[in-house]
Order: sequence, then structure tokens, then C-alpha cells
Amino acid sequence: MSKMHVKMTVNGKAVEALAEPRTLLIHFLREDLKITGPHIGCETSHCGACTVDLDGKSVKACTVFVAQANGAEVTTVEGLVNDDGSLGVIQEMFREHHGLQCGFCTPGMITRAHLLLQENPTPSEEDIRFGIAGNLCRCTGYQNIVKAIAASADALNAQKEAAE
Amino acid sequence: MNEQTLTPEQRTANLKGMGTSRKRVEDVRFTQGKGNYVDDIKMDGMLFGDFVRSPYAHARVKNIDTSAAAAVPGVVAVLTAADLEPLGLHWMPTLAGDKQMVLADGKVLFQGQEVAYVIAEDRYIAADAAELVEVDYEELPVVVDPFKALEPDAPVLREDIAGNMEGAHGPRKHNNHIFTWEQGDKDATEAVLAEADVVAEEMVYYHRTHPCPLETCGCVASMDKVTGKLTLYGTFQAPHAIRTVVSLISGLAEHNIRVISPDIGGGFGNKVGAYSGYVCSVVASIVTGKPVKWVEDRMENLMSTAFARDYWMQGKIAATKEGKITGLWCHTTADHGGFDACADPTKFPAGFMNICTGSYDIPTAYLTVDGVYTNKAPGGVAYRCSFRVTEAAYFIERMIEILAIRLNMDAAELRRINFIRADQFPYQSALGWEYDSGDYHTAWDKAMKAVGYDGLRAEQAQQLADFNAGKTRKLMGIGLTHFTEIVGAGPVKNCDILGLGMFDSCEIRIHPTGSAIARLGTISQGQGHATTFAQIIASEIGIPADDITLEEGDTDTAPYGLGTYGSRSTPVAGAATAMAGRKIRAKAQMIAAYLLEVHDDDVEFDVDRFVVTGAPERFKTMKEIAFAAYNQAIPGIEPGLEAVSYYDPPNMTYPFGAYVCVLDIDVDTGEADIRSFYALDDCGTRINPMIIEGQVHGGLTEALAIAMGQEIAYDDMGNVKTGTLMDFFWPTAWETPNYQTDWTTTPSPHHPIGAKGVGESPNVGGVPCFSNAVHDAFRSFGLTQSHMPHDHWRIWKTANGLGLHG
Amino acid sequence: MIPAGFEYHRPTDIGAALSILQEHGDEARVIAGGHSLIPMMKLRMADIGHLVDLQDIGELRGIATDGGTAVIGAMVTQHELITHDGLASAIPLIREASLQIADPQVRYLGTIGGNVANGDPGNDMPGLMQCLDAQFELTGPDGSRTVPARAFYEAAYFTARDDEEILARIHIPIPGAGTGYAYEKQKRKIGDYATAASAVLISVQGGSCSAASIAMTNLADTPIWAAAAAAALVGSSLDDAARSAAVAAAVEAIDPVSDNRGPVEFKKHVAGVVLRRAIDRAASRAS
Repeated sequence: MSKMHVKMTVNGKAVEALAEPRTLLIHFLREDLKITGPHIGCETSHCGACTVDLDGKSVKACTVFVAQANGAEVTTVEGLVNDDGSLGVIQEMFREHHGLQCGFCTPGMITRAHLLLQENPTPSEEDIRFGIAGNLCRCTGYQNIVKAIAASADALNAQKEAAE
Repeated sequence: MNEQTLTPEQRTANLKGMGTSRKRVEDVRFTQGKGNYVDDIKMDGMLFGDFVRSPYAHARVKNIDTSAAAAVPGVVAVLTAADLEPLGLHWMPTLAGDKQMVLADGKVLFQGQEVAYVIAEDRYIAADAAELVEVDYEELPVVVDPFKALEPDAPVLREDIAGNMEGAHGPRKHNNHIFTWEQGDKDATEAVLAEADVVAEEMVYYHRTHPCPLETCGCVASMDKVTGKLTLYGTFQAPHAIRTVVSLISGLAEHNIRVISPDIGGGFGNKVGAYSGYVCSVVASIVTGKPVKWVEDRMENLMSTAFARDYWMQGKIAATKEGKITGLWCHTTADHGGFDACADPTKFPAGFMNICTGSYDIPTAYLTVDGVYTNKAPGGVAYRCSFRVTEAAYFIERMIEILAIRLNMDAAELRRINFIRADQFPYQSALGWEYDSGDYHTAWDKAMKAVGYDGLRAEQAQQLADFNAGKTRKLMGIGLTHFTEIVGAGPVKNCDILGLGMFDSCEIRIHPTGSAIARLGTISQGQGHATTFAQIIASEIGIPADDITLEEGDTDTAPYGLGTYGSRSTPVAGAATAMAGRKIRAKAQMIAAYLLEVHDDDVEFDVDRFVVTGAPERFKTMKEIAFAAYNQAIPGIEPGLEAVSYYDPPNMTYPFGAYVCVLDIDVDTGEADIRSFYALDDCGTRINPMIIEGQVHGGLTEALAIAMGQEIAYDDMGNVKTGTLMDFFWPTAWETPNYQTDWTTTPSPHHPIGAKGVGESPNVGGVPCFSNAVHDAFRSFGLTQSHMPHDHWRIWKTANGLGLHG
Repeated sequence: MIPAGFEYHRPTDIGAALSILQEHGDEARVIAGGHSLIPMMKLRMADIGHLVDLQDIGELRGIATDGGTAVIGAMVTQHELITHDGLASAIPLIREASLQIADPQVRYLGTIGGNVANGDPGNDMPGLMQCLDAQFELTGPDGSRTVPARAFYEAAYFTARDDEEILARIHIPIPGAGTGYAYEKQKRKIGDYATAASAVLISVQGGSCSAASIAMTNLADTPIWAAAAAAALVGSSLDDAARSAAVAAAVEAIDPVSDNRGPVEFKKHVAGVVLRRAIDRAASRAS
């Protein structure tokens, strides 16, 4: 099958590659670009381990062809680290509140939380639970993830206030 | 502040040792996507393997044509059983004393069984080629019911052992029978049953389910033809055992095999056993001289690797009319699928099912378990439990509820009057275990008080009155459970896997500047070993946990151990860690005494230092001692400061807990809404409360899933009906409640730090608690038993059968 | 789960898309959000030679709610349906239903056009569109035509759309002010299809029901617009007897199949319960 020329911006960097159109975005990121933060959990768009941000949308990269993402801007969990290499606020709060155990769902979960908090900076517990319902976690029972996201909202809002 | 002025409390806090909610060191990597899981491994020239699997549950394989697949550009080879047979690798031993086909040898015994293995340059080509392998099947009659499997005219499933009536665990009484396991006193129990005031009898079924970690199973096998060394990366919960197994079945010398478990995305028992993918990948790498990766997809995971439970438990429980239990009888029919691939200790073909007397002082008991072959996936693994302990806990906690119904007693009170008393420990159970410690009454009373039990019952009565008056269509259920686990396998005298004693190990090296590295025979899959084991060392030898690196999972560097499952890491490897720490402390004491110019007995350990007895201003910190160990010639003492401990536990540990679930059932839709869940766990000494709480949350959520819907279901043709996460119930954050956690602390008397293990308790105790709550909602309408999972339609069916739909 | 290979096309206008469809006939399929099609391709249950991605066709996007009709482009995502305040105030039923579809990630990509055109009985939008009496604007080589949602579904995955047509827009009459509405769905968990779902619109005038519309989802191989059920409400005071008659009529009209969610008997019962709750909620909102 012939390959196509794919261009996209991933975590702020322009990338180009040849890929079969059928290549799933998750495989393109993981195999071609060696961005292995997003994981493969279910392959049927239920678990959300492969969640990335695609042009401001949270998407499951196991159910997107690389051809569809051609020209897009993609952010993965690797792109949420601060410029100085330190953990971003949400990443830090997941650590602080024990919002992860095996770490396999974590990149997708954090990437999802990142957009959720952009769209709703002051979510209720219910908003958070509904907003991350596309991400499955087998280890934590979600309770500490919810706590971590709520704490992230507070911390981000405090940062914003301080900046104003 | 300097070393002189810090208080002992401040110095203790600086260590971040046992009892502190130390933040996890693993998380810095994981939260930024820098974990290193098996599928993250990329090697030059790496090939990818993919399976052709059987669409049939029982069929003869008449022919396999691989020519079209082999002709696909990029395909390197296609393996079938015929290719593996000359190597003797077309079958492999299971951990349960059975053997299992690596690739279909003449027939298939379950849907999804491995038939051929395609090796290609990438996973897309492998998948394309797998489509082109043509297999000629002749369908055979399918048996999915273990009771039908034992009927006289049932088709013979395992033709390879047909007529051989001596199995790995004694005589077989039918070609589809695997073993009978018998425990306790049959005659005495039958006598008690015959004479009892009350005998409650019921079939309790714990359905087939699956550990289903978010990361599936996989490996990368890399044979270096120059050095002759095989490196096998994989999702292994027991890397050393895998190394030994690979050596035994492949003939490669064990020193030429290096097994590495990198980060593991959850295990829960799924990743203990050996799978065809590992064997085929190793063969493929040896044949091609290239690294070969195999990673199963989710459907393959659910269809072929390591199911759990599937126990039909017929029970009889005898009691006086006042409610004192006098005897327990259980016969279990265990469905193992096409091969017995349990991962139990060798002498325990039904695991520790004989913990089924639970938390109760039951003087007489008898248990038999019959293992059976069916046309389902092989396994019977310990899914987030210690070898059939969840089955046992579910059985006894259901039988208690059923007895309470028969006696017309409150189930909380019935438990209370039958608990083993604190003064009875160590307690010898009727089925052969010695419970190490416990204080069940204290835990129970604390739980009942915390939830306001009497108030809940009053509320339930009111809601029932409202229901009967037509004011609500919701019934309130109160689920109770008091479970006792048996974990930490185990004493080498009675626990082994493939002949390997179930000890575990830790090696600690203190560096000259006072920091350290420790290596263990276990492997974390999310439990946070790198965090908690460093805390044990910190408290034992006074080096801050932050200054201790912890490594696991590389068999070339870690001491031999049996791995992480059955909540054994803390009871066994945690003990080894403490013991290795104590060896170091003993040597440090001698060094300190030398440096302080006093006798060894005149210095004592004080948090992070040795001080001269009676002269606290005279001390040497561990940092100073470490340096001295490397820089001074001390008479009679070898240089260096390191130790290794192989710990053979004298007994299992027996964590316990008291759980209460309150839920509302919509009788019209069958939906259950969890109102609250209280979980009191006693896991002995608590190393990291934050991590314990996280383990409890997670285990309870898996329990919620199992009790309320998660199953591996088959139709009559042996087709798996629950092969994706659409149908395999895995709750999201939306369906999952918040949990209230609590604890008591009853240390294990035989464990060096008194810890018992906790990871599996919430799953063991959670399942009966959720299930009991569902049953309890219907108790006043006459329900005694309805089988899990309690999904909407089954709850609805119960309500319907009780006439609640008018 | 690896899909087979295909040629990929990303036209920028409907005309170009149509000519690709014409050129490749039944080897070509359009893809919108892809959340029905891609899983089928990964399971190798759909064999597609040419995949025509509609994402760059601007004329398939946009939501307009001027006049008495809402016009929604086929490529509008469920996320956009939920977050469009104008649509939410014109037809709040759409937001209520959309929030019950799949999960957040799927809703960012899943489109109204894909959801209605695929003909999957598990999808929520087809029944919703029937309840709302939507009209589907199909564009083909011979121009455009409009098919009512209530006449669009023939069987599971079979619809009135020809292979060479593209669903371009959906026209929905905006219900009158005060129309009561409800979308009620029972499912096992978020991300699941409905065990039973029901969309209801109720208008009230002078204390009695002046108009009603009822549709049922995943209870037959097509959505079921239950005209008799609605008729049982119209003219009544929405008293208990009328509501029960509506439920009975709808349960009579459905034809569910047994699956992992439960057997037929259970689904019929739950369908009635779900519908009754939808009617009750819609009635309580009607003014």
C-alpha cells in the first residue's frame, strides 16, 4: 500500500514522515515519532489510554488514521511538561494526590484533564467524573484522580489570579 | 540546624520511613509519559509476531496452509506446531502440573487458541499476513458446562491424556476430570450436619472473570547469536520464575538468559503464567537472530490469557438455633477450561480455597474441589487475590448471609457471635491453617459504629415500608462482609511453584557517601515498591528513603525471588528487606562502636545513628558509618556495607477487614446505585498509608466491576460474548462511588515489621460486600441466592421472579 | 486490531467528494468522525478500498437556528451540538441526548451526520431525529433531495441513502416555545449503547396535550417512531391512563433482540419504564 506524506505539529514541533494512510495515529506517534507516553489499552476507543489533544479536541488516537490527522496540531502528555523540564501543574497534582498507580492510563488521563480544565476551569466533582468518563483506570478507583484534577483546577486558578 | 540540634522526631521525619505517606518516586516518570513499558521497547531490526487464532471452541485442525501468508512481502516466517515439534516446544508445561499447546497440535480446545504465529517486519504486515493463513477445521461438539463435561457420554476434550487416569494431583475419575482436592474431616462434618439444629444449603457461583490490566501481555525476545545470550523483556509478574521456566523448556543454560520486567501496566494475576506468545517469540528470535516483539490486543487478552474464578460452590452450613456455627461443608466444581493453567503453589491445586471457614470459629469443616476441563480458555489465576481466596471469601460470606436468613437473625450479629476471638490467636482452623493474628470484634464494632448500623437498618425498614406502600420503587440494601485473607505465599516447606520455594529476597548496598541501592526479587505493577520498600530500609537503617534507589525486575542484577502476586511482596520480600537492613545495621553497629571507641554493646541505634548508651552527644550517623566502612581498615570487619537476605516466611499472613456497602436498587430497571461504601482494613503494620488507601480504592473498584457486571461469558458454541471493553464491564469514574477507608492495626507476630499485605484485601472483601448488599435489598421478599454478576438484567430478573413487577 | 490498507482522499467540496464516490463505486466509503467505521475496519469487518474523508468540506459544517428551522451540517460533532448555546435554547432535547452519547473523546469526533447516516440501531441520533421530525438533505450526482428521518431507516445499516449520495445537512423544525422534552437512556456504563432509550416531545395547550412525538432507540433493527404511542397522549390531560396507554403502544411497536444487555422480555420491560420516565419528564417541562 502506498505511503503518503504526513505533516503535523506534535508538542509544538513540526514533524514530517511517510506513512501508510491506514496507520493509526497512536502507532504513528509511538512507532514513527517514538512518543510513547500515550498507550494502547483496548483498541476499540473505550479505555482512553491513547488520548491525545488533536486541534483542541481530546481524541482517542487508536481510532484516528494518521491521514485524518495530517496537518493537525497534536499535544501528548510529553507536551504538558513545563519548559524547564519540571512537571506541569496537573502532573504534579496527580503525584501529590496519588492519582496514579501503574501509570499506564496516566498519560491519557492527564491529557484529558488538561483540556477538561481549559474548557471548565472550575469543575464540580460531578463535572470531573463525567469529563473523564472516556478514560478507564484499573488501579486507582478514580477517587484520587478526581481529587488530583480538582486540586489542579485550584492550583491553575491560583496561578492565573497571581498573574493578573 | 545540624546533626546535633535536630530532635529525634525531626530526624525520623527526614527519613520518610515507615508510616509516612511518602509521595511516590515512580510518578515523576509516569506523569510525563516516561514510563518504559514492554511495547515502548524498540530495537534495531525488531520483528513483530502476531497469532492466527481459532474461531472455534472445539475443532480438529486438519490442515494449515501458510503459503499465501509467507509470500507477503515483509513476512519472515510463519510458525505452526509442526515447526515447534522438532524442538519439543509445541507444548509447554503449565504452573499447575498440566501441559498446554503452544500452537494447535491437531485440535483446538477454546475459541481464540493460538494456531499459527506470523513473524513480519512490522505489526501491520503481520496482521495482513495472519489474515491469509488458511486453516481447515472440522468442528467438534462443544462443552462449556463443567457439569456436562463430567457426564459419562461427554466428548473427550483432552485426547492427549485420554485414558491416563493418574493426573498431576492424584487420580482422575473421568477423561474431562483434572483432580479432586480434599481437605478437612468428612465423617465428622457429615455427623455435625446430620445432628445440627439448622442446616442451610445453597449453590454459590462465582462467575468467570478476567484480571484485564490496562496493559495487555507482551514480550520482546532478543537472541544475541554472538554471545549466545537471550534477553527476554516481558510483562512478567515473576521474572525469575520465567527465566527458570524458559531455561527448562528451551534447553538454554539459565545463565545465558536474562529476563527483564520493565514497567508493568497492571498485572492482577494476568501476568504470572507463561503464554504461547512468549515461547513463540523466543523461538522466532532464536531462528531469525533478530529481536521479536509480541503484544496481544485486548480481544486476545480477554479470550486467551488467564481468566479467573469460575467456581461452582455447593455449600452446607450447620448451626445451633442460637446461631453458633457448628460445621461447614463445601463441594466445588472448578471450571479450568481447556488446560489447567492455574498459577497456584504446586501442592494446592485449588489454591487456598481451604481458607473458606473465613473469620469464624467453625470447629468442623470439609472441602472437596473437582477440577474440570471445558472448551473455554485455560487458566484459573489468582486475580487480585491469593490463590482462590476471593472464591473462598465469597463462599463463606454468602453462606453466613444465607444462614442468617434461615435463622431469621441479623447478619451482623450472626457474624459477631461466631468470630474467632482475639484470645484464640494463633488460631488453628478446621481446614488446616494457623491464623497469625487478628482482632475481629474490635474491627467489626468500629465498622458498625462508623456506619451507624442500627440507623441504617431503621432507614432500610422505612424505605421498605414506603416501597410496600407504593411510595418508592427503590429498595435499600445493606451489604456486610468480614473477610480474612491468607497471603504471603509462602513457607518453602509447603509452598513452591514448579519446585521453586516461595521465598523472596532483597539485597542492599550502602554507598560510601551514605546513599544506597536495593534490589528485590519482586516486581511492581503499580504497587509503588520503589517508594515503599525504600521506606522500610529507611526505618531499619536510618538512611533517608530519598537516598535509596530501588530496582526490581532484571534477573541479571536482582537476587532470585518468586515475584509479585498473591499479596506476597510485603509479607515476603518486605520481610527480606527488613532482614537485609538488620544485617547492615548489625555491621554498622560494630563500625560505630569502633569509631566511638566503645564496646559493640555500648552503642544503640537511634533513628539515623548509633549513640553511646547514656551519652547521647557521642554518636556516629549512618552517613559517617557508611563512609568509614569504605575508607578505614577496621580490625575484624570486612570493608563495605551490604547485605542480602533470602526470607522464608514461617507462616502466611492473615489480613482482614470489615466492609459495609449501602445501595439502592431500582426494581424496575435493575440498576443499582451505590450510596456509600465503608472499608476498614487491618493489614498489620502500615508502611505508607497513602498507598494503602489507593490500593483499597482500586481493589474495591475491581470488586464493584466483578460483582456488578464484569464477566467472561460464553454462548453454547463456546463463543466469547465479552471480548471488548464495551461488553466486559469496566466501570468509568461516573459509575464508581467514593469510598470511606478506615483501619485497625493488628501486627503479624511473625513478620519482622508486622506487615501483612493489603493489595488484594479490597477485592477479596469487596465482591461479597457488593453482592451481599444486592441480596440484602431483596431479603424481605424471600431471596436467598442469586448469582453474580448483578448486572441490570439479572437484578431485574430477581425482582421479576419475586413478583415485584406487579 | 490492525485495519487493512486503503487509498485516502480528502476532498474540499461536496462535488469532489461525489466524483470520488462515483469513480470507485462500492469500493469507496465516506468517513466523518470515524467512530463507527474505524472499529469495523480494525476488526476487518469492513473492506474499503477508498476512504473519502469529509473533514475539509466547509459546507458540511455549521449550525443555524434562524427562522423556524435548525439547520445542522452533517460534520457537526456531538461536542459542538452540546456546546452550541443557540441550539441548546432552540432545541434543548438535542443537548440532553448528545450528552448521553458515548464519552467525551468520542463526542469530540463523532458527528451528527455519521451517527444518523450509518444506520446502526445502537446509535442515539436516528431516534432523536425521528422524534424531532428532522429532514435529511442528501446530495448526489443528480443534485439534492430530502428524506424525512421517519422514512430513512430500512434495516440495520440499510437506509434510504444511495451509495453515491452524501448526507449534507439536517433540517429540524424548532419545536414551539414551551414544548416539553426528554431523552431517557438506560445503559450499563458510559460508552455503552442503550439497553433502551426514548426521546419524547410533548406540547400542552389549555391543560391537554396538543401534540406529541415519541421515538425509541436500540429496541429494533431501526429506530422506532411510535406514532400510536404519541397518539395516545394527544388530546389527553396527560393523566396516568394516557401515559400508560402510550407506553403500551410503544412497547407493542418495538422488536428488541437478546444480547449481553439482557433478553427480550427484560428489554421490553425496561423500554416501557424508560419511556414512562421520559414522558413524565417531558410533561413536567411542558407549559
